[in-house]
Amino acid sequence: MEITLKLYAGLSQYLPENAVKHATKLDVPASETAYSILEKFNVPKESAHLVLLNGVYLDPNERENSTFSDGDTLAVWPPVAGG
Amino acid sequence: MAWTRNVLRVNLTNGSITTEPLNMQWANDYLGQRGLATKYLVEETDPTCDALSPDNKMIMTTGPLTGTMVSTAGRYSVVTKSPLTGCIACSNSGGYFGNEMKNAGWDMVILEGKSPKPVYLYIENDKAELLPADDLWGKSAWETDEQIHAKHQDPLVRIAVVGRAAEKGCLFSAIVNDLHRAAGRSGVGTVMASKNLKAVAIRGTRGVGNISDPTKFFKASEDGKKVLAENAVTGEGLPALGTQVLMNVINEVGALPTRNHREVQFEGASKISGEAMLEVRESDGKANLTTNGACFGCTIACQRISTVDKDHFSVKDKPQYHGNSGGLEFENAWSLGSDCGVDDLDAITAANFLCNEDAVDPISLGATIAAAMELFEEGAITVKDTGGMELKFGSAEALLWATEVTVRGEGFGKELGQGSKRLCEKYGRPELSMTVKGQEFPAYDPRGIQGIGLAYATSNRGACHLRGYTVASEILGIPEKTDPLATDGKAGLVKAFQDATAVVDSAGICAFTTFAWTLEDIAPQIDAACEGDWSAERCLVVGERIWTMERDYNLAAGITGKDDTLPKRLLKDAAKTGPAEGRANDLHKMLPEYYEVRGWTLDGVPTDETRSRLGL
Repeated sequence: MEITLKLYAGLSQYLPENAVKHATKLDVPASETAYSILEKFNVPKESAHLVLLNGVYLDPNERENSTFSDGDTLAVWPPVAGG
Repeated sequence: MAWTRNVLRVNLTNGSITTEPLNMQWANDYLGQRGLATKYLVEETDPTCDALSPDNKMIMTTGPLTGTMVSTAGRYSVVTKSPLTGCIACSNSGGYFGNEMKNAGWDMVILEGKSPKPVYLYIENDKAELLPADDLWGKSAWETDEQIHAKHQDPLVRIAVVGRAAEKGCLFSAIVNDLHRAAGRSGVGTVMASKNLKAVAIRGTRGVGNISDPTKFFKASEDGKKVLAENAVTGEGLPALGTQVLMNVINEVGALPTRNHREVQFEGASKISGEAMLEVRESDGKANLTTNGACFGCTIACQRISTVDKDHFSVKDKPQYHGNSGGLEFENAWSLGSDCGVDDLDAITAANFLCNEDAVDPISLGATIAAAMELFEEGAITVKDTGGMELKFGSAEALLWATEVTVRGEGFGKELGQGSKRLCEKYGRPELSMTVKGQEFPAYDPRGIQGIGLAYATSNRGACHLRGYTVASEILGIPEKTDPLATDGKAGLVKAFQDATAVVDSAGICAFTTFAWTLEDIAPQIDAACEGDWSAERCLVVGERIWTMERDYNLAAGITGKDDTLPKRLLKDAAKTGPAEGRANDLHKMLPEYYEVRGWTLDGVPTDETRSRLGL
């Protein structure tokens, strides 16, 4: 299936060169988890603070277990804040 | 220094300037800055007064930590009655002005009455005088700053000033200090201009003193800085991308108000985000962001310093906007950007420059323009009203035009300057105003973040994210993650944020420290600086006391529990996309519990028992 991976802020450096606007399309098997995808892109687990699947927060446990559906978007940030 | 224990009182009506000792009993009960100045305002003014009459007072105030070596301790606030909302107004600013005021020896400057002619207040340590400002009236904030600096021949004079918008009666005028920092919200600049006071210029060289326990204070402040430096948000995230890092986050979670809150996600968000500010422009080979900057004593440095392409239509042939200037914060990028449907980063940045140049709150401005755009698209406003401009969502040209005429108080800009509520009422569509108590919303849609809806509805100064920033918990996981779409537990969460923020705003430090600091980090710094025992527990009680006092002020001003609500659009019209699709804000599930945890009646009035417990 195809999903979109978005890496923002300090994590942008881990995106492949063909990424556009902080996003890249990926073909992934059904067994893939959020953490396993991030590992493929060398994103340190401890830097993945805000992990959103289709905009919904995944807690650390869900990042180990989550499975994807075609068309999903996984967006990840390091610790960030603003106001 | 902790409290200087000195208050400067300026009667603008008769020109008298007097000094008096700070009321230390009140300082012990309300700490400083927001809390203490509000106590003075409560005691000295009638809450039902006309905010723009001489009966209203305006207090510029520092906190006990302002001017000390505590990180971010350069803050000051302006406390008065708001002409925009009729509520208590307290607008907080950074830069260097607050530190200068404290170094001149003043905890607060109370400004009362109305000068018969335009004046500015010049303070040099213990000397203060009112000087003519006839030649400054009609000038922008930037021009005024330059002229006062030239007159006094001292680049270290720090100046807080109003622009042309305030003079022309724009109800969301700010007070700009140090050119790019602002006491922004609720129209405090309008109050200042109504007193014929163009600027307050201060030079302070008295230095730091009155620290209760210097040895303990050095350690406490160093410990605090270490926490900020080692925290990923305050040590890395904010310096790199500023608050603008939130643009993509809030869009992704489906809570980025778009086109006057008609939608909750903006297709152009990535083009106006913090990340976009780092990208090199094809047109001139430069990035929007030149560098970051810091206010006095700040070890975070979240300020944005930006440029606009000189050939961009917004600044073409206008060299005054070609250099580096105050760049976009998230709130400004949202209000001038997605809320107006505009994805032109240069145009939004230029509009923000205009807001700084003439001291206008860009949140209220952008949200009011967004309301005007919807009124235009609905046919309630036509080109006859605007003088020919088509106020369409997405039009960068319309955004720049509307900004210019508003900040300069010209033509249709005078109507925009009355704010979203009055504008929508005038054109027969009050439901299109996205406001609470007359103040425009910030950048978070309460359908996608339920708790912030309760915080907006109950904010003592009208819709505001900085009175209880539950987004920190609901989205960012600070101090712990809560579900943004849940309503359970949000009443207590909102109260906790509101009370803690009241303490931060009363201490003289920046709210952004709380992304790393809790009251357990802040209290030891207050405790070492100030006499008496200042535990985190005592601070929380002080915060609740301040919040409840502000509530009582508003009740006395005629603002009641009926005003603790949200626009119908947010309560009835479900979000169309994102995680909150199908959801409106469930304020009715949270508000009764909020009143209960506050110890208020079902009508939102603090009970006698609550007032007694808090010493009110």
